[in-house]
Amino acid sequence: MEVWDMISRIFPYAVAYSVPLLAAALGGLYSERSGVVNIGLEGLMVVGNFVCAVTISKLQPTLGQNAIWVGLAMAALAGLVFSILHAVASINLLANQVISGTAINMVAGALTVFLARTITGSGNVRITLGFVPFDVPVLHKVPILGPLLFTRTYATTWLLLAILGLSWFILYKTRFGLRLRACGEHPQTADAAGINVYKMRYAGVLISGALAGLSGATILVTFSGEFNGTVAGLGFLALAALIFGNWKPLGILGATFFFGFCATLANVSQVVPALSSIPGLVLKAFPYAVTLLALVVFSKSTQAPKADGEIYDAGKR
Amino acid sequence: MNGLKNLFTALAAAFLGLLAGALLMLAIGANPIEGFSYLFRGGLMNVERIGNTLATATTLTLTGLAMAFAFRTGLFSIGASGQMLMGGLVSIALGLTLHLPKGLMLPIILACAMLAGAVYGFIPGYLKARFNVHEVVSTIMLNWIAYWTIYYTVPTYFKAEYLETESARIPEYASLKVPWLTHIFGGSFINLGVFVAIGCAILTALVLSKTTLGFELKAVGFNRHAAEFAGINVPKNMALSLAISGALAGLAGATYYVGYAVNMQIGVMPSQGMDGLAVALLGANSPVGVVLAALFFGVLHSGKGFMSAMTSIPPEIGDTIIAVIIYFAATSVLFTRIWNALSSRFRKKA
Repeated sequence: MEVWDMISRIFPYAVAYSVPLLAAALGGLYSERSGVVNIGLEGLMVVGNFVCAVTISKLQPTLGQNAIWVGLAMAALAGLVFSILHAVASINLLANQVISGTAINMVAGALTVFLARTITGSGNVRITLGFVPFDVPVLHKVPILGPLLFTRTYATTWLLLAILGLSWFILYKTRFGLRLRACGEHPQTADAAGINVYKMRYAGVLISGALAGLSGATILVTFSGEFNGTVAGLGFLALAALIFGNWKPLGILGATFFFGFCATLANVSQVVPALSSIPGLVLKAFPYAVTLLALVVFSKSTQAPKADGEIYDAGKR
Repeated sequence: MNGLKNLFTALAAAFLGLLAGALLMLAIGANPIEGFSYLFRGGLMNVERIGNTLATATTLTLTGLAMAFAFRTGLFSIGASGQMLMGGLVSIALGLTLHLPKGLMLPIILACAMLAGAVYGFIPGYLKARFNVHEVVSTIMLNWIAYWTIYYTVPTYFKAEYLETESARIPEYASLKVPWLTHIFGGSFINLGVFVAIGCAILTALVLSKTTLGFELKAVGFNRHAAEFAGINVPKNMALSLAISGALAGLAGATYYVGYAVNMQIGVMPSQGMDGLAVALLGANSPVGVVLAALFFGVLHSGKGFMSAMTSIPPEIGDTIIAVIIYFAATSVLFTRIWNALSSRFRKKA
């Protein structure tokens, strides 16, 4: 009974922690399915986190609670605009996508703190407004599932789950999704079939930017409440979740929740006596180690997009 | 001609980076000329500051060489941060537990840091060679495993007296700082690591240009399939290349944590790992280029504090400039096109 008590208390935190991971990993999914590796997710999340913090602190006096939603929208927009840098470099200028993504991470980390210092004086932006967790009416009374999934939930959680469902539909049930995936598997063939590979890859990268920006904003308005120039490696954890989830929407959902749960356990292990016997290192390093292991085990049967990370040069067929 | 082209690309990227910095300074209402003059004076105006610049460039040279070495074999390791952490952890651990004379202590620390980095670099190398796991992904994972290893190991075993977030200070006999060098440079952070870095740059140049090993590594980088056809053991060379790259990054960790610094903080992913990527790119993966690029970035890093103290410009401008330089170095095809256009026009005239 004690274990159940503990799990039901940790679960809402684990869900809240997983949601930004889910958003960023879904972003990565769009980009990589179109054939562009985006290790700039971390930086794009920082951009979203920053823009959301600034927007909310500026608009809060006039808009009140609605400022949060405007902040989320602005964060997604900022992520999208910032990802254009990555798109131009890796699609038009034939840059190495990993270098370009790294540059995005570095520019984002430095530029946002630079701007934050000129705006607030310190490198941090604190917000006094955020989403308040709520219990879903009726459903939170359902035994077992109620306390786990419908208690203390955030609005962003439901938003992101809706985006997940939509993404599955877009990728597998629409013409756009089929074309996007074709560009990630075999761009030359896609081109021969009349698909504009450049356009599809732009779409993939820009969507990933918007979702990563949204992810950074989600961190801010749910559990962090402060911009401080970093998202503490969550972007890379999302990348791991994308790989561990085998580049599939539902796989990603499972992977992000699994990683989020591990991280939450590690965070609370000091205060929960039952967990203090598990070393924090094991819990924190576990997602990365298990992703490495998965890569080894599935190295023969990997579902990675075939042209992932390859420069598309229409002149080379 | 190729060397000239690389130089042109590097200078163009550096120029655009500085230009972006100038625009940012203008955007916040600061004077760019004043800003840059403080930035460069902060890195170069007296022997102490030159010493600090050299100390910063030491670590950057080693991470840059680490990146460049892997690049030459066609591998894209971005694991220098994690390998630095592992090398640093081993250095700190030895520094705090061994009690030996300095002359014996330092070689042991350097050798073990190198070994730690090499082992940590060999893992992605082996995974790449044996299971074809992409080295970018595996090195990212390993970086974060190293990060969390430090996060939990340091407070448990090497805790500082009062702070939970850093290790205890290493004793004088375990530090790469030596009185005569510190004295020459007016009490700066410079340390014996600077000779380690120069030695490694020379050694890397020799290995790459004069040995069979270097020839094989480069052959794999130029064309993996051709190298295989010529009878070169491709997987072995890949694993070896990443192990050597890791060894260099491990040394970088030693020069930083027991040279520049005196202890290790937890919860910090060393930025020198990724800056090494910038150094290697700007230096066109040649050892001489790496040293020059590291000096340039060393000036930016050690000058930014002075600049932000003297003006209203935040120090992050230095990092922004470096990041913009990487971006433009990555999109160098742009400059290559310009260069080709310029040189063909020049040839027509001649």
